[in-house]
Amino acid sequence: MSLTTAHSVVAPSANAKLIAGTIIVAYALISIVPLLWIFATSFKTPPDSIAYPPKVVFQLSIEGYCNLFTTRTRQTPEYINSLGPATGFCDETVRKRNMVIAGPSNFLPRFVNSLIIAFGSTFCAVFLGTLSAYGFSRFKVPLADDLLFFILSTRMMPPIAVAIPIYLMYRELGLSDTALGMILLYTAVNVSLAVWLLKGFIDEIPREYEEAAMIDGYTRLQAFWRTVLPQATTGIAATAIFCLIFAWNEYAFAALLTSGTAQTAPPFIPTIIGEGGQDWPAVAAGTTIFLVPILVFTILLRKQLLRGITFGAVRK
Amino acid sequence: MADVHIRNVSKSFGEQVAVSGLDLHIADGEFVVLLGPTGAGKTTTLRLIAGLERPDAGTIHIGGHNATALSPAERDTAFVFQQYSLYPHLSVYDNLAFPLRSPARKMPEDQIRRRVEDVAKMVRIHHKLSNRSTKLSGGEMQRVAIGRALVRKPAIYLMDEPLSSLDAKLRGDLRLELKRIQAELGATMLYVTHDQIEAMTMADRIGILADGVLAQIGTPREIYSEPANLHVAARLGQPAINLLPVGLLPDGGAPAGTQTIGARTEHLSIDKAANGHADGIVDWVEHLGDQNHLHVTVGAKKLVTLTDPDTALEKGDKVTIRYRAPLYFGADGQRLM
Repeated sequence: MSLTTAHSVVAPSANAKLIAGTIIVAYALISIVPLLWIFATSFKTPPDSIAYPPKVVFQLSIEGYCNLFTTRTRQTPEYINSLGPATGFCDETVRKRNMVIAGPSNFLPRFVNSLIIAFGSTFCAVFLGTLSAYGFSRFKVPLADDLLFFILSTRMMPPIAVAIPIYLMYRELGLSDTALGMILLYTAVNVSLAVWLLKGFIDEIPREYEEAAMIDGYTRLQAFWRTVLPQATTGIAATAIFCLIFAWNEYAFAALLTSGTAQTAPPFIPTIIGEGGQDWPAVAAGTTIFLVPILVFTILLRKQLLRGITFGAVRK
Repeated sequence: MADVHIRNVSKSFGEQVAVSGLDLHIADGEFVVLLGPTGAGKTTTLRLIAGLERPDAGTIHIGGHNATALSPAERDTAFVFQQYSLYPHLSVYDNLAFPLRSPARKMPEDQIRRRVEDVAKMVRIHHKLSNRSTKLSGGEMQRVAIGRALVRKPAIYLMDEPLSSLDAKLRGDLRLELKRIQAELGATMLYVTHDQIEAMTMADRIGILADGVLAQIGTPREIYSEPANLHVAARLGQPAINLLPVGLLPDGGAPAGTQTIGARTEHLSIDKAANGHADGIVDWVEHLGDQNHLHVTVGAKKLVTLTDPDTALEKGDKVTIRYRAPLYFGADGQRLM
């Protein structure tokens, strides 16, 4: 027995740390390789992208991005030569492949659709979720347990199981292929998650804070705004990320219910493949750009996200 | 400041009766302490006055006005909670200013600043105004919590065991400070505790609550020396009063109908048995430093009293015990005069 060093039974040993670290690094690498591959492909030329064996070192090119944002038509070399000088890098690259830019592609409007629908539905779900969670947490709601179970039960069936009824309903209501329809749909799917997550967070905020504020001359709504919301920001942020990721990635309903003006990026990106051969760099470019908003949002709120994931696991 | 008059107020939570037929008048500038065990209805009484609960029956008048149906904001009370008292997302300054910034009050910022600084000095937290409230020690937090009540001049201050989560030393210090501040402000205060020392030292009057009923209310002296019944007698005194069946010890002068005799230290004279006759045997002497607790077995009963720190009594000694004007209680637990 050594008297100089205390042996802790809870601190991990050096070996345990090493093993855990190795597993985590290995898992992180496995997870990130596909993303890196997509990222790399987006900067390859089309021939490089389908080269076999795959090229790890390759000629950098933004042709994929050019193709993603434009539509092109094939022309004869004579016609191309008759045109004036190329107006930019994309123009030049495209002409080398005997094509000219005919106009902008649909990617940008589809991406904007995705932003509007995902952020719009996230806002609605979190807004409604916060208010109902507060209600369930603080008031004696008749049949509260049954209502909460009902809200949760909407999540028990895969949403796509009701795709046909929703498709028919939307067609009748004129909500097909509208941003409003998609926002309503994603809000409906997300609100149950939001209510349950946020109720947990709000339950943890002692009601004494609001009571103190109400005694001090605030109405309940003012007390909610000034004392509960600031303390629920962690929960709200975590909930918002979960809702946003779902709405952003959702493919099946988007493919079924949107085709034109309200189409989101997920159903649009695969359609790139069909236009003029398998343009993998353009697909990869679309995917890369598609990843950016969620990546930025998640990095900004990563602390809250972690807290949301481990919520309830650790008692303060 | 104003007086508060509670008339015949009852409140139940489902089957649980929290407060039953409570009558209580707190005069303007008076410091009333409600003393009772957990679940006696102390906190419910405070919450009823603050308007956080609506009474099932009875009326509450604050400053002469019927406040029974008013919302908490309209009642002009200030509440210090037992814990969770500070807003963690605000600084000490903002916590203290919070009640003054209520939209209903519309107080200009410079006036708020003056008021907050005055109160911060009063509760001696002036040097930490810009700190995050979560960065304070327990005693500092509770001082801010009390300060947050003091920034306003409400009709009544309601305090729900504000010192119970603190350690003994701090509790002693803050107890004195609180009494000083109350006297300075001439504040009407209803203070809830289960600590008899707080009750004895701070109160103008003590109300003893038991099972939602006000068992007795009076000055600390009255409550201590003239308890209305067994329950009240048992609430005060350290060590607790000895409740002995009549006839256990010679009790000349017990009034007719006496069932229980209540004997505190000052009601007992205990001497080492001299000539063979003994009433009890010393069980144990607890040395506390400045005083000793003497445990004596009398027949099947045990009694505990204080003795001098230099007592000659030891474990196993035979002793004689005599009453000196003890308290007599009848079969119904009420004290007999």
